[in-house]
Amino acid sequence: MYKEQEYLKQLFQQEFAKMVAVISRLYGLQHIEIAEDIVSETFLLATETWGAKGVPPNPTAWLYTVAKQKTLYHFRRNKIFDQKVVPQIRAEVENDSEIEDPDFSEQNIKDSQLQMLFAVCTPAIASEAQIGLALRVLCGFGIDEIAEAFLTNKETINKRLFRAKDKLRMENVKMELPAEAEISARLDNVLHVIYLLFSEGYYSKTQNQILQKDLCLEALRLGLMLTEYDKTNQPKTNALIALMCFHASRFGARETDEGALVLYEQQNEELWDKELIHQGSRFLNISAMGNEVSSYHLEAKIAYWHCLKEDSKEKWEDILQLYNQLLLVNYSPSVALNRTYALYKANGWQPALAEAEKLKLETNHFYFLLLGELYKNADKGKAKLNLQKALALAKTKTEKEGIQKKIDKLSDLSGG
Amino acid sequence: MKDFALLFRQPSYDYTKATKEEMQAIQKKWHDWAGGIAAQGKLSSSGPRLAMEGKVLKAGGVVTDGPFVEIREILGSFIVVKADSLEEATTLAHGCPALDANGSVEIRPIFG
Repeated sequence: MYKEQEYLKQLFQQEFAKMVAVISRLYGLQHIEIAEDIVSETFLLATETWGAKGVPPNPTAWLYTVAKQKTLYHFRRNKIFDQKVVPQIRAEVENDSEIEDPDFSEQNIKDSQLQMLFAVCTPAIASEAQIGLALRVLCGFGIDEIAEAFLTNKETINKRLFRAKDKLRMENVKMELPAEAEISARLDNVLHVIYLLFSEGYYSKTQNQILQKDLCLEALRLGLMLTEYDKTNQPKTNALIALMCFHASRFGARETDEGALVLYEQQNEELWDKELIHQGSRFLNISAMGNEVSSYHLEAKIAYWHCLKEDSKEKWEDILQLYNQLLLVNYSPSVALNRTYALYKANGWQPALAEAEKLKLETNHFYFLLLGELYKNADKGKAKLNLQKALALAKTKTEKEGIQKKIDKLSDLSGG
Repeated sequence: MKDFALLFRQPSYDYTKATKEEMQAIQKKWHDWAGGIAAQGKLSSSGPRLAMEGKVLKAGGVVTDGPFVEIREILGSFIVVKADSLEEATTLAHGCPALDANGSVEIRPIFG
């Protein structure tokens, strides 16, 4: 029974996004909420019918047939309403010969989803709402799952989605691919949303591991969707996919069975997913065709190096230069800290300590962790002091425990 | 924060005798140095790179080919950094690899 529920949940999640995309493409994005309602009603009917009679041999076809009927019913009824109540648009409606059938062919589903991806990733919508909307209409997540992912309540998510859809209407966003000249710039937006979606899963606030993994896999799926179309299958697209593959390869290793986070250094590399690393390398190679070096290229190459556990001079030198480049296009405190760590591994603790002192990221516990690590070589007292500052700033229990262990170890070494 | 240009000058950019490893080491020095400024969030622009060949136009329409032998130090290129004061911008210039090549760094505020 549990298995069947799980199966239905997955099926509905997959099919939700497909059907909403197809119906919205046919009747216009302004009707996206109607499309969502039609699909939800279809699922409700499916649950009732299948619960009594069992799941039909081809459940997808069943869903499409019912959704088709419901769509036609809705828009025909709407048409009658329009003709009777709003006579001034009669001429227009009469020209519109017959209400068209939604086309649930594989090709049309693909095209519609790609268009939906571009529509949702319009720069007009704020990125937080964008991720929510993407999770809903592109990934078929339920409102409660989205709320859990964002550690907030359903009401907030509903409001956010409502505003995002309102924006789609106001900005008159169309279900279409951008013109060829615009595609590269618009693709940047799409890739950024996919990147955020992945990060939301990978560094998620939620403790629900299945949900975290789901978010990441959905981001990966959307990325792969872009490779099926020539114009969006660009080097930066492949670089982003490579990046996601490399990170996702560590899913099995970064958490204990009890759900505690395992830091990179302590991970059992036997648990890294070799197939995903292999796929990542394949996409990284494809991304190297062409002249463009996006921040995804740099991050993917860094992530690639982290899939090789053994240290080498070449590895850390390359990572350092990648971070040097990444900082030029994309400064963030965490990139600055990682760069300084790479400097330590490549050039030694002395130059790294001098550079670290200049960063002054004094609200960031990783900063004091790094200083603690660097001072270990020079001044055990200062090392301890910095680790204590890190301890005070750390937020999660796992982090605090990890830092406390470092402090204890340092005290053992210095004899007290 | 204001923008400052750091202009690099060196007496020579002749690396024809440098080995591949030496060239890589020089490049690494530049990248590590600029990376250090960027890590502090103070790099505004890594600036365009200037090629070493070029021409000089003088009053009276006289055109000579570069390199610009009359000037003791040749302008290499420049970057733009963010700093609160000229003094801070000057501190950022420390460690610039042009200094290792007996060159100099000129620090100039940018208007605007």
